[in-house]
Amino acid sequence: MQTVLNLLEVEPIRLLISFGAVLFLVLNLAAVLTMAERKVSGYIQLRYGPNRVGPRGLLQPAADVFKLFTKENVSPGRSDLWVFLGAPIAMFIPAALVWLVVPFAPEAVVADLNVAILFFVAITSIGALGVVMAGYGSRSAFSLLGALRGAAQMISYEVPLILSLLGVVMLTGSLSLVDVVQAQGDTIWTWYFLPQLPMFITFYIAGLAEVKRVPFDLPEGESEIVGGYMIEYSGMTWALIQAAEFASMAVISAVTVTLFVGGWQPPLPFLDLGPFNWVWFGLKTALIMFTFQWIRWSVPRLRMDQLMDLGWKILVPVTLIWLFVTAGAMLVF
Amino acid sequence: MRLDYRVERLGLALGILQQGASYGMVYLYVGIFMLLVTGFIATTLVLARLISPGRRSNTKAQNYETGETTVTDPWRPFPVRYYVFALLFLIFDVEAAFLYPWAVIYDSLGVYGFVEMVIFVLILAVGLVYAWKKGALKWV
Repeated sequence: MQTVLNLLEVEPIRLLISFGAVLFLVLNLAAVLTMAERKVSGYIQLRYGPNRVGPRGLLQPAADVFKLFTKENVSPGRSDLWVFLGAPIAMFIPAALVWLVVPFAPEAVVADLNVAILFFVAITSIGALGVVMAGYGSRSAFSLLGALRGAAQMISYEVPLILSLLGVVMLTGSLSLVDVVQAQGDTIWTWYFLPQLPMFITFYIAGLAEVKRVPFDLPEGESEIVGGYMIEYSGMTWALIQAAEFASMAVISAVTVTLFVGGWQPPLPFLDLGPFNWVWFGLKTALIMFTFQWIRWSVPRLRMDQLMDLGWKILVPVTLIWLFVTAGAMLVF
Repeated sequence: MRLDYRVERLGLALGILQQGASYGMVYLYVGIFMLLVTGFIATTLVLARLISPGRRSNTKAQNYETGETTVTDPWRPFPVRYYVFALLFLIFDVEAAFLYPWAVIYDSLGVYGFVEMVIFVLILAVGLVYAWKKGALKWV
């Protein structure tokens, strides 16, 4: 046992093990979230959801993956094949990469970058590239429409997303996510979501738009453009796009928790679990993910112009105003 | 003991990683991880290609779209309506690049830093209001 733990100290081995762990986490989160999505939607609509495969339908994602593996991957004949097949990869990489800087517990972070917040912002904005590649590569009218909408939406909501992080950076005085969590302290009222409430709400909404969830799922819009940028995908490529979407939703939840809701910190000092504090991180992240799914079944889809108005005319001014409220408050106190 | 020795040898073999998590190393990790993820997904796609059936036909190679026969080719000049949004995004992104370093050391800047940034952001806010009044933020 001791030697195994010693192995974790050696740099390339720690690295490989943590890489494996991150990949395992991303893929399993995606699988669990597809399951949770269907179960939550089922219970919200007063039905059971999937309940045939395994106990209470818990093996459904495994069956889905197995099915999708054996499905034929049909690619449209006139598509740009390399761009078409590259799109799932381009969408999956950013969703997996951000996990490298998310601290699960005080010592458990794969790469403690000193510019982790900038890294997060930079990597999430790559996601738009995958959407454009998928839409343009399939050479289909609805795909292209979905991709254009997706690009417009994702670059528009990138702005409030970036600006809403500034309050946290100012209060912490550091861009490292570990420092951000440590600065928030182990009581619920010192976490940043209270002093930065408008920024928190802005980040949450911009995050929802960034991962293209309802009410911001115009790039997909099943009822109007069928499936948006992923119409032409089938089999494993489609599964990878879905996995990337759910993984990026998990990443946004985890980063929200890290930045505003105290990361691994317990809500009250006597609830400190010591080395098991990652449980708090997991619980909070699960809660945020649940609210994402809750919103999906409660709010209707926005129109494109309403979506752009919300981003540019409400969220951006709110962040700018609160930036100066924070700056002024820090000056006075 | 022997195991430790072997681990050390392995570390030397991968000598480039042996220096610990110094400044530039962390970015190398990120790069390696990116390659690993790419490789993983490519492997998955190839595996799926090997397992799944692949019977091609002309009908199947048509676009699915809505299930109807496609009549247009989308690869032709199309209006990109949001280039103004793209420009605004660029401006605000550059603004953020200035705001982040300011935010990190804001605590030690005091009144000077506050006034400086008020002026800087006000200029940009005037730009946003101008674009707004001109109707550039209107989605047509």
